[in-house]
Amino acid sequence: MLEIKNLHAQVEDKPILQGIDLTINPGEVHAIMGPNGSGKSTLASVIAGRDEYEVTGGSIDYKGKDLLDMEPEDRAREGVFLAFQYPVEIPGVSNMYFMKAALNAVRTHRGESEMDAMDFLAWVKERAKLVQMDESFLKRNINEGFSGGEKKRNEIFQMAVLDPSLAVLDETDSGLDIDALRIVSDGVNALRNENRAVLVITHYQRLLEYIVPDKVHVLYDGKIIRSGDRNLALELEEKGYGWIEQEAAEATR
Amino acid sequence: MKTETQNLEELANRDYKYGFVTDIDADSLPPGLDEDVVRAISAKKNEPEFMLEWRLKAFRHWKTMTEPTWAFVKYPEIDYQAISYYSAPKKAGEGPKSLDEVDPELLKTYEKLGIPLKEQEILAGVVAVDAVFDSVSVATTFKDKLHDLGIVFCSFSEAVQNHPELVEKYLGTVVPHTDNFFAALNSAVFSDGSFVYVPKGVRCPMELSTYFRINAANTGQFERTLIVADEGASVSYLEGCTAPMRDENQLHAAVVELVALDNAKIKYSTVQNWYPGDKDGKGGIYNFVTKRGKCAGVNSKISWTQVETGSAITWKYPSCILQGDNSIGEFYSVALTNNKQQADTGTKMIHIGKNTRSTIVSKGISAGEGQNTYRGQVKILKGADNARNYSQCDSMLLGDRCGAHTFPYIDVQNPSATMEHEASTAKIGEDQIFYCQQRGISAEDAVSMIVNGFCKEVFRELPMEFAVEAQKLLGISLEGSVG
Repeated sequence: MLEIKNLHAQVEDKPILQGIDLTINPGEVHAIMGPNGSGKSTLASVIAGRDEYEVTGGSIDYKGKDLLDMEPEDRAREGVFLAFQYPVEIPGVSNMYFMKAALNAVRTHRGESEMDAMDFLAWVKERAKLVQMDESFLKRNINEGFSGGEKKRNEIFQMAVLDPSLAVLDETDSGLDIDALRIVSDGVNALRNENRAVLVITHYQRLLEYIVPDKVHVLYDGKIIRSGDRNLALELEEKGYGWIEQEAAEATR
Repeated sequence: MKTETQNLEELANRDYKYGFVTDIDADSLPPGLDEDVVRAISAKKNEPEFMLEWRLKAFRHWKTMTEPTWAFVKYPEIDYQAISYYSAPKKAGEGPKSLDEVDPELLKTYEKLGIPLKEQEILAGVVAVDAVFDSVSVATTFKDKLHDLGIVFCSFSEAVQNHPELVEKYLGTVVPHTDNFFAALNSAVFSDGSFVYVPKGVRCPMELSTYFRINAANTGQFERTLIVADEGASVSYLEGCTAPMRDENQLHAAVVELVALDNAKIKYSTVQNWYPGDKDGKGGIYNFVTKRGKCAGVNSKISWTQVETGSAITWKYPSCILQGDNSIGEFYSVALTNNKQQADTGTKMIHIGKNTRSTIVSKGISAGEGQNTYRGQVKILKGADNARNYSQCDSMLLGDRCGAHTFPYIDVQNPSATMEHEASTAKIGEDQIFYCQQRGISAEDAVSMIVNGFCKEVFRELPMEFAVEAQKLLGISLEGSVG
């Protein structure tokens, strides 16, 4: 599904990613952990195609296509979804209107007909249940006046509506209390299937108790310095990032 | 990958869709302005003596005035002697009696603009159009139907001929001929416009509508509109405009006066899309308009809604004088400036009567190198007990070469007044655009969506048919301005 090779990227001439290799197959859930500034969010942004991030080397193959060659909206239409760490507010534009525009952009891209209002309504109502989102949220403006938890839930709701092939969750757990974390995780788990790949980016092992990953990678200084199964996350929780940093330092010595 | 700024620029650089010139013989006065020209205009229009006297008074006063410079706009000096003050499409004998008699060239022009009069006639009773081509009314539809209700809806010239007593009674009562430089000029030389009178207790059953269009080269367009709603009457009036492409800057100085008597309501909506000039600021309309309504009677209400996307220079402050007790004034505005456009617009709410209320909602959008200024005054006079005002001025910037400016003036002379003022300036976020893109929505559609969301409170106030047009217009005006 996704094959990242020797990826290098920088922001304002400052190198952030320094050779990432990562392969995710359909149906798999991978977690990326790492300390602040290790490049986790940069990786998410590069996959989504954010302008400020300049790719200076390497490649990303997505479903046999060169992802880096695609506009952000085309990546989305091809099934790449990013759950934002900081979802933005768009005053005056309702969630419902936004989701309809988005879904129809995706459908048009796939050569499908636009969904009519009745079908769309039925679809979003069904998907809203996955994240226990009240229907009144649909009418509210995008993220305007939403609490931190509501915003994150809204991200997973959007993921449910758009039904992507590859979902990247960028610190979706940050700012969530335990109840919200459970709701969001249940939503993500309900969306797990053999065709969908998920990349979970997080600081904390806690989220991985709810969304159990197939693989865990530790990102440090723009490189994946260690990969393993979910036990790696537990080990990391126990020993802290200092342990990895030390190992990394020793490895480069 | 294209940067978003490039996307914005491509959007902005789309050509003006409505740029074309209709080839029609115009019966024009030579350029220049003196008393003889004023007399000639009045004579051409076969006006009664009081009109000529009023025009001459205005002209003599205008000569003593100087052009105002306080607005936050820059433009080359206007040579008022280089302008021709009268231009009318040539008529074969009498004016056209039906659309069939209208110059087909003219009808084609309207068709290009998407205002098929013929269809509108068929669309019976939805919108009556008093279409103004240059300075003379060409066709007025639905007049008969309105006539049955006692509603007068006609060109200003016809009103002068057929209802001189109404014109004499109300002309200049809201915007006197001495009011300001441009209003005085208009009073002296105005060629035509619209006139509406809704008699006591009558609710006008349809939206009244006018399309203005500037056509002949170098002809200043000076319209005069007067709308009077008698006691208990109500009327909704729509004004929409587009103009053909031209190199010379065209001066436009209109005056609109609204009078609402006891318990009367007037709603005045404008969508203005005059040629803004090209992306280097060449050409474009200079729009210096005086619009004012007087809530003369108790419980009266005047509501202005404007969507301003055109003109190189906009100088416009639709205002309300709240004279009657319990009267209400409203101003809802969307002003968009792109490329080199400059807009200095806002409102004045003058509270005179007791328990008067006013609401101001202004949305300014600047893109390209556009400069957008909100200038508003709220004045609560001594006798205006328990007056209330709510003002909200929001600005949105697209890109980093444009500007937004806010000049609110508040003058409260009565301690029982309640004033609320909110203001915000936001840069249209690359974050917001990217968020939309990440959901599959193109940058262009994203900007359109974000801007329309920003303007929602104003669009809500527009009549349905205008709201759709206004949204499209914003989309077109912003094309190429994603940043």
